[in-house]
Amino acid sequence: MAKHLITATINGDEVDFSCAADQTLLEVLRENLHMTGTKNGCGSGDCGACTVILNGRAINACLVLGAELEGADIETIEGMSNGNELHPLQQKFLDHAALQCGICTPGFLNMAKALLEKNPDPTETEVRFGLAGNLCRCTGYDKIVRAVMDAAAEMRAGNS
Amino acid sequence: MIELRYESPETIESAVALLAAEGPGAKVFAGGTDLIVQMKEEMIEPALLVDIKKIHETREVTFHSDHVRIGAAVTGAELGENAQLKAMWPGVVEAVQLIGSDQVQGRATIGGNFCNASPAADSVPALIAAAAQAVIAGPGGVREAAVEDLLTGPGKTSLAQGEFITAFILPIHAEKAGDAYLRFIPRTEMDIAVVGAGASVVLNADGTCAAARLALGAVAPTARLVKDAADILVGNKLDDAVLTSLAEAASKTCAPIDDKRGTIKFRTKVAGVLACRTTKIAWQRAESK
Repeated sequence: MAKHLITATINGDEVDFSCAADQTLLEVLRENLHMTGTKNGCGSGDCGACTVILNGRAINACLVLGAELEGADIETIEGMSNGNELHPLQQKFLDHAALQCGICTPGFLNMAKALLEKNPDPTETEVRFGLAGNLCRCTGYDKIVRAVMDAAAEMRAGNS
Repeated sequence: MIELRYESPETIESAVALLAAEGPGAKVFAGGTDLIVQMKEEMIEPALLVDIKKIHETREVTFHSDHVRIGAAVTGAELGENAQLKAMWPGVVEAVQLIGSDQVQGRATIGGNFCNASPAADSVPALIAAAAQAVIAGPGGVREAAVEDLLTGPGKTSLAQGEFITAFILPIHAEKAGDAYLRFIPRTEMDIAVVGAGASVVLNADGTCAAARLALGAVAPTARLVKDAADILVGNKLDDAVLTSLAEAASKTCAPIDDKRGTIKFRTKVAGVLACRTTKIAWQRAESK
């Protein structure tokens, strides 16, 4: 197989990887780099489980090719906490019991993080629309929305 | 199984050369939100992907004296953040922003939505209403074509082998002008249009219509220009009689299918309703300028 040799930044670290032309970022993360925090749900951009942040924007990793990532900046769930110190969103998901099976959680957390970076003080409606590309089939969405709203409030207080 | 190759040329000329050398096995790649899904589902098996995102002409929005040029590989999220474009062509930007989730918006491009040629594609009626011209690069050089003339059927365009759209050119109106796009979906978002309607109007100083274009999506094999709309609107104000004629002309343009999203009867009726609502919004936007 023709391989592409790519250098990208993942969670602040420079990472070299090789991939075939038809491998998605999701496959590169999980299979080539063994970073399995990013989940594979539908593989067609519908469920948002594989949401990561690429060059500052939340995207579906299943709809990006590894070969196009030379010089890219990628943030995954593995880089969200600061060591053992959870990101406020992660802590609030625990506090509000906003997860059950957890498959959708890394995607929700990355989407919520990108959303709050753009809009630190969202309304509940804005959070619901912002998270519309992420599906959860067990918790339901209310706890997730409450967790994001609570994390947003805490992050605003922390920044002021 | 064909072994896929990937190239990311930095100029239009090298993209054209790559596409020409490969022939029918080559696919133009931009946002990938349709193409990667089609590849994974084995609907297509390309031998070569030509990524056009490194070609700067495809990634820019530039403003000129009488037109704005929107690169084909500009994403929905980027268009939504472009305040100048949003002020000028709010309907086009709103239509593109209706495509998919925020994650999809971060990748999906205006050119990709057009070239995927879904009859229900949200950006297409808005681009037709805006009288957009597509800038097409290919083995024969560069040509321009009205967007509505490029659509030939569901998933099909008249782009020739090796041709690709580099940008869309939209006019900048000096007068009072406005546009809008609305779609009917049974949900609040993240859905495919049952009917879509794009409208664009230019008003005279006395408040009558100087020029108008109306286009419908998801009511025929391709998005369609409602040709009678200009005749009905030009020279008039937007009163009830005009709106009734407009709704009739819109419904008459429809040749929809019955499917799980809507029946022929429903789509035909809703096309008339949306034509009026969309035109009203475009009109109000023109008046407020």
